[in-house]
Amino acid sequence: MSTHRLRFTLNGTPRELEIAADRLLIDVIRDDCGATGTKLGCGVGICGTCSVLVDGELVSACLVPAVFVDGRSLTTVEGLAQDGELTPLQDAFIRDGGFQCGICTPGQLIAATALLREHPRPDGREVRDWMMGNLCRCTGYYGIERAIMRASGAGGQSDGRGLGGQRPPSLS
Amino acid sequence: MSYDYHEPHSLDDALALLTRFGDDGHLMAGGTATVLLMRQGLLRPAHVVSLRTIDGLSGIARTPQGGLRIGAMATHRAVERSDAARGYSPALVDAFASVATVRIRNQATVGGNLAHADPAQDPPPMLAALNATITVRSPRGERTEAVETLAVDHFTTSLSHDEVITSVLLPPILPGTREVYLKFLPQTADDYATVSVAATLRFADDATVADVRIVLGAVGPTTIRAKRVEDALRGARPTPERIRDAAALVRDEVDPLDDLRGSADYKREMARVWTERALAALTR
Ligand SMILES: Cc1cc2nc3c(=O)[nH]c(=O)nc-3n(C[C@H](O)[C@H](O)[C@H](O)COP(=O)(O)OP(=O)(O)OC[C@H]3O[C@@H](n4cnc5c(N)ncnc54)[C@H](O)[C@@H]3O)c2cc1C
Ligand code: FES
Ligand code: FES
Repeated sequence: MSTHRLRFTLNGTPRELEIAADRLLIDVIRDDCGATGTKLGCGVGICGTCSVLVDGELVSACLVPAVFVDGRSLTTVEGLAQDGELTPLQDAFIRDGGFQCGICTPGQLIAATALLREHPRPDGREVRDWMMGNLCRCTGYYGIERAIMRASGAGGQSDGRGLGGQRPPSLS
Repeated sequence: MSYDYHEPHSLDDALALLTRFGDDGHLMAGGTATVLLMRQGLLRPAHVVSLRTIDGLSGIARTPQGGLRIGAMATHRAVERSDAARGYSPALVDAFASVATVRIRNQATVGGNLAHADPAQDPPPMLAALNATITVRSPRGERTEAVETLAVDHFTTSLSHDEVITSVLLPPILPGTREVYLKFLPQTADDYATVSVAATLRFADDATVADVRIVLGAVGPTTIRAKRVEDALRGARPTPERIRDAAALVRDEVDPLDDLRGSADYKREMARVWTERALAALTR
């Protein structure tokens, strides 16, 4: 099998690695770079726990051949906070109960970061459409939506319908 | 997975590699389908030839005639965000935006979508309803093929191993034409369609149907053109009764399979319901 020299930046730090042709981005990030914030869930592009940004574009690291990122810049959850200062989104996830066990959280934060860059003031529907592919087994999604709305400057005001599209009795 | 990976910098170099490797070579565009198939052991190429480093394959632009040309390496999201594509047909943008999630749409390409030929995919029925053709390059030169006839069976196209799709060409849309893409998703919003319906309809001056094209996804080994439904409407006034009667004909045109998304009978009935809804939307 062929090997390839990869040059890219991970959260601003230049990296240079020699990798086999068939390596996937998720494994290179976690095993070769030691950045284990990004999690491997389904491995087939569905759950979103492996969400990362490649040149600012949201992708599933479990589906991206690592050779594709030569010359690119990668952002993972470790790259969000600067000098220990959380981003408004990370802060809002804490305040609004955007996570419980936390396994999906790195992916949720990366996906929501990409959303807010493209739609700085999303409405509830835009949030649900965008975040629909990041699965969470714990929160019921309301906290996630609230946190994103708060971070966007909408003050945590959502339309209360949640990502599943149904209004929870407790919030009515 | 174990293969040699190649990044040619021109189409001619890519074609030379495909010729050299023959059946041992496999093209990769966005990689979403190839990575999964290789990981499952369903695809074991000795050589993977990437189109990633070839310039000039990802543009999206209106043609001088008023059509649209989409480069094979344009991502689904690039189509979704393109003003040229939206200006050409919002329904075309809807079909690309219906695919899975933002993550998949950022990585998957238009050419990869068409070559993958899963009959449940969203863009092919809409491209076929809009009468799109693909341009294909091989060591033997260039040819074109209608999107409608590209897929010949589940996951099988008429492309040979050394042919590369370079672009998709959509013809100008005649004045008075309406288009729609409807995807029936009874389970989750990121699922493949249980049934999908793409349709275009053009009214004549006397409010009869001058032309109509209806193409369904997920209800056969390839996309299915509903020719009997079309024939029942062409030249007629599309009253609700006529639409209902015409849509009922689709039950005998589709050829669905029982699977997790429902029984063949259920899908046949949903094909009727969603064909009727698509036609109602176009004639409202
Ligand atoms: C989790 C998930 C969910 C999905 N959900 C949907 C959905 O809801 N709707 C939907 O429509 N699709 C869906 N898909 C399928 C998706 O549309 C395809 O995987 C994608 O379009 C393939 O494009 P690609 O660029 O990644 O192709 P690749 O994986 O790179 O290639 C796919 C095939 O096409 C060939 N190929 C690629 N480019 C060319 C070319 N230019 N010329 C000739 N052959 C070429 C390759 O050799 C390969 O055989 C989903 C996929 C995943 C992983
Ligand atoms: S691990 Fe990549 S999407 Fe689930
Ligand atoms: S917080 Fe546990 S899966 Fe989302």
